[in-house]
Amino acid sequence: MASSLTSLIPGVGDTYAHVATAGIVSAGLIAATFIARAQLGTGETAVVPAGKLSFRGFFEFITEFIQGLSDMVIGEHGRAFVPMFAATFTFVLINNLVGMIPGMVPATENLNTTLAMGFFMFFAYNIFGVKENGVAYFKHFLGPIWWLIPLMLVIELISHFVRPISLGLRLANVLQGDHTVVGIFLNLFPIGLPIPFYMLGLFVACVQAFVFTLLSMVYVALATAHDH
Amino acid sequence: MKSTIRNILITMTAAMAATSAFAQDAAAVATSQNGMIAMAAGLAIGLAAIGGAIGQAMTAASALDGIARNPAAQSKVFTPMIIGLALIESLVIYAFVIAFFLQGKF
Repeated sequence: MASSLTSLIPGVGDTYAHVATAGIVSAGLIAATFIARAQLGTGETAVVPAGKLSFRGFFEFITEFIQGLSDMVIGEHGRAFVPMFAATFTFVLINNLVGMIPGMVPATENLNTTLAMGFFMFFAYNIFGVKENGVAYFKHFLGPIWWLIPLMLVIELISHFVRPISLGLRLANVLQGDHTVVGIFLNLFPIGLPIPFYMLGLFVACVQAFVFTLLSMVYVALATAHDH
Repeated sequence: MKSTIRNILITMTAAMAATSAFAQDAAAVATSQNGMIAMAAGLAIGLAAIGGAIGQAMTAASALDGIARNPAAQSKVFTPMIIGLALIESLVIYAFVIAFFLQGKF
């Protein structure tokens, strides 16, 4: 019994179903971005926002939303990170929404995908912190007072290493739990009854993508903050 | 309120102690061990849900208080509220993972 539609592709199987799903979604996203880029045009037309719903309007909406969020959370110097966060948000959102198609198991439901994304964010914010603050970045691991160093170092290291794990666990397990609920109610009575839970699933997919992006943003904001 | 929770906890502990006292032969021991694991998984996620629900309720209540007092602050209150909710929720998800591992031990 195959666990999802993508595991029916020859040579994929259950073990690599999440890789195939992520690949298909990424290919679709890349195609969509090319269409959006073509619709954007150059010069005068690129400055005026899209009037009606199109690929371009969709990506403009997401970019504007993430840019507003990063202005609020990171501040003015966060503009440089907006492309990364917008890409992460789009990827997680579309992957989550793929799970709403009956028969599909999204790649973000698999712990392998989400932990990889969590660790990507972990390395990213550490590198940004070192780039922004230099060696002084490592000073915030040591706490405010010198005789607290043995205690603060342990606490800070644990709290930093738990971040990627909690990012990954949250995304994967919330989606898994949500799909379990939908599955149970589908088994209970298949007509009409699961509709509210599909609604809940849509809500959860959007909120979890938002939370993943927001928490990575907070981590980057904490790492790149200047002491004034 | 507090004494009610304490009474429930004492009752549950007593019930679990009783099940281990009645387990005699090998088959019964295995069954009661499986029962204990099932109970532990249920308790883990149940207790975590109680704590997480209370925490998230307090977060939502104070956020709504703030918005009711100053409706213009809605967009500014929203983001920190979501961060708070996500951090509270992560503890419940840890408990969910533990419950999941426990279920795999059958």
